[in-house]
Amino acid sequence: MYVAVKGGERAIDNAHAWLAEERRGDPAVSELSLAQIRVQLKLAVNRVMAEGSLFDPDLAALAIKQSRGDLIEAIFLIRAYRTTLPRHGASNPIDTAEMAVDRRVSATFKDLPGGQVLGPTFDYTHRLLDFKLAAEGGVGPVATAPATQGPVPHVTEMLNRDGLIEEAPRDDTPPPDLTRTPLELPASRPLRLQAITRGDEGFILSMAYSTQRGYGRTHAFVGELRIGAVAVEMEIPELGFAVEIGEIEVTECETVNQFKGSKTEPPQFTRGYGLVFGQSERKAIAMSLVDRALRWKELGEDFSGAPAQDEEFVLYHADNIQATGFLEHIKLPHYVDFQAELELVRRLRAETMAMREAVQ
Amino acid sequence: MTDQAYNFAYLDEQTKRMIRRAILKGVAVPGYQVPFASREMPMPYGWGTGGVQVTAACLVPEDRLKVIDQGADDTTNAVSIRKFFQRTAGVEVTEATAEATVIQTRHRIPETALSEGQILVYQVPIPEPLRFLEPRETETRKMHELEEYGLMHVKLYEDIARHGEIATSYAYPVKVEGRYVMDPSPIPKFDNPKLGGNAAIQLFGAGREQRIYAVPPYTQVVSLDFDDHPFVASKAPHDCDLCGASESYLDEVITDDQGSRMYVCSDTDFCATRQEAGHHGRLGVPQFSSKKIAKSLEGFCAAEGVTE
Repeated sequence: MYVAVKGGERAIDNAHAWLAEERRGDPAVSELSLAQIRVQLKLAVNRVMAEGSLFDPDLAALAIKQSRGDLIEAIFLIRAYRTTLPRHGASNPIDTAEMAVDRRVSATFKDLPGGQVLGPTFDYTHRLLDFKLAAEGGVGPVATAPATQGPVPHVTEMLNRDGLIEEAPRDDTPPPDLTRTPLELPASRPLRLQAITRGDEGFILSMAYSTQRGYGRTHAFVGELRIGAVAVEMEIPELGFAVEIGEIEVTECETVNQFKGSKTEPPQFTRGYGLVFGQSERKAIAMSLVDRALRWKELGEDFSGAPAQDEEFVLYHADNIQATGFLEHIKLPHYVDFQAELELVRRLRAETMAMREAVQ
Repeated sequence: MTDQAYNFAYLDEQTKRMIRRAILKGVAVPGYQVPFASREMPMPYGWGTGGVQVTAACLVPEDRLKVIDQGADDTTNAVSIRKFFQRTAGVEVTEATAEATVIQTRHRIPETALSEGQILVYQVPIPEPLRFLEPRETETRKMHELEEYGLMHVKLYEDIARHGEIATSYAYPVKVEGRYVMDPSPIPKFDNPKLGGNAAIQLFGAGREQRIYAVPPYTQVVSLDFDDHPFVASKAPHDCDLCGASESYLDEVITDDQGSRMYVCSDTDFCATRQEAGHHGRLGVPQFSSKKIAKSLEGFCAAEGVTE
């Protein structure tokens, strides 16, 4: 309304004030601290860090608090903050064989060097509401074991020794940076992996699920799933050697995929790879399935037309910040375009009606 | 975080340089979509992040900025973007089209003719005019390279065969300097004739799609049509009820639940300027400012609330 569009500035200010009040909620209920969110809603924090592409649990907790628990909104806050940060350089590649594992399971071997470590998993919990938690969340003492000493070798490396799995030779080419160069297709595998690891968990999950149900099937086994802390090292030019600048928690998943060979490749197992910030198992497994499905061309497989094989489809639609922005923008004013459509429909209708009358 | 924590006009100089390069390339190849490394902005994709980045890269402290959405300076998103630049760049702002050096717009070209030295920045949702005919970017880029626009002409022809006219009322495709087919952003086709031969620099920013393109001053821009079905710029067949203008684009406003309507200029600055000059329409009151008129209408329109 001509009147209604006036006062936009005041309306915005008042809406923001109302939002702040709603975020806080009933003041009789004690306020959430960032530490509570960081520690007790850790998996939400992990998701925000992974899809926000910024490893900072404190900021992720702040974003979750500010967004009232809307994780996509929280991811957006982190992305918008991250993009303003100066780039001081790039770290060395992390070495996940040196990971201090909290959890490490292989679905392909019953036992293996480094052992199977279940870790803090929901896997074998019975999904029964624990009403005790509604009152007090105290936990008793938990059994501990000495930490595994030394590196934990990757399952795929063991298969590789027998020549049963495709080679993955070390490649020191600097990877492209999705956040600093526009996405252009065809994308290299490092670029695809970047896009998937920050892609929406739900979207990547559904894409992976679709491959399992036959839309671009790749017969994946979880060769290994590991979660734990790895050191981040950076080469300091003035020193001439790398120093450890911190530690991050990551989830890594390597799938071993059945492969009967193609025109260009012999029969062997092939690899899918997933690496995500924090404990994010679902995302890491899904990522490795989607990665493998997208590799059809380099392995000489057929393109079956499955969405998960379609690089352009997956990469252009995986980002939930882009998706939610474009989706939600249709609630912004469109009355100029709608007016143009109104005139068009009225004109077309008038012509049709006139023709009908002429016939009668 | 204080606003001083951010660089002038929010973006860091590195990023601005990257965007300016894309703009220069766009100006050098009119109508060509230049890929650029669009940044996440503090407003969502779809809210004008492309336009905001282009504006940020163009602004200098001496600029006077105007921001419009649907032709109006006071729609919520225009207010929000104007505030953003007041806060991060501290530039002067204005509602007067003629006084602005940079104008960021969504869905309209101002009625007042632009002049040399002005920059008009469009917010673009889908920069690819061929997108709804061919969803793949890899394909559409190839089509532009080969100047293969047959598909577009077939679509326009099918419209005529089915409806007797080209059934596109906004984001009407144009050809720039006889080479690239370009999406003029979702402006009503009424605005298309203002694209060509314009004295101002016209820059188009699509943030989510990571594209920038440009129409330099006095460039030939032709709306696609056929000899026997020439392009017609259309608008509601009325005069503005407030300022009486017969040549401006109108918004239709529903004033009650009995089907009563009024038509008002979508360009608020144009309308207000005319009213101040003494023009008035069916419902306008002579020598009153637009704000007073709006107030006087508040009574019978109050039920509409503050929805946008």
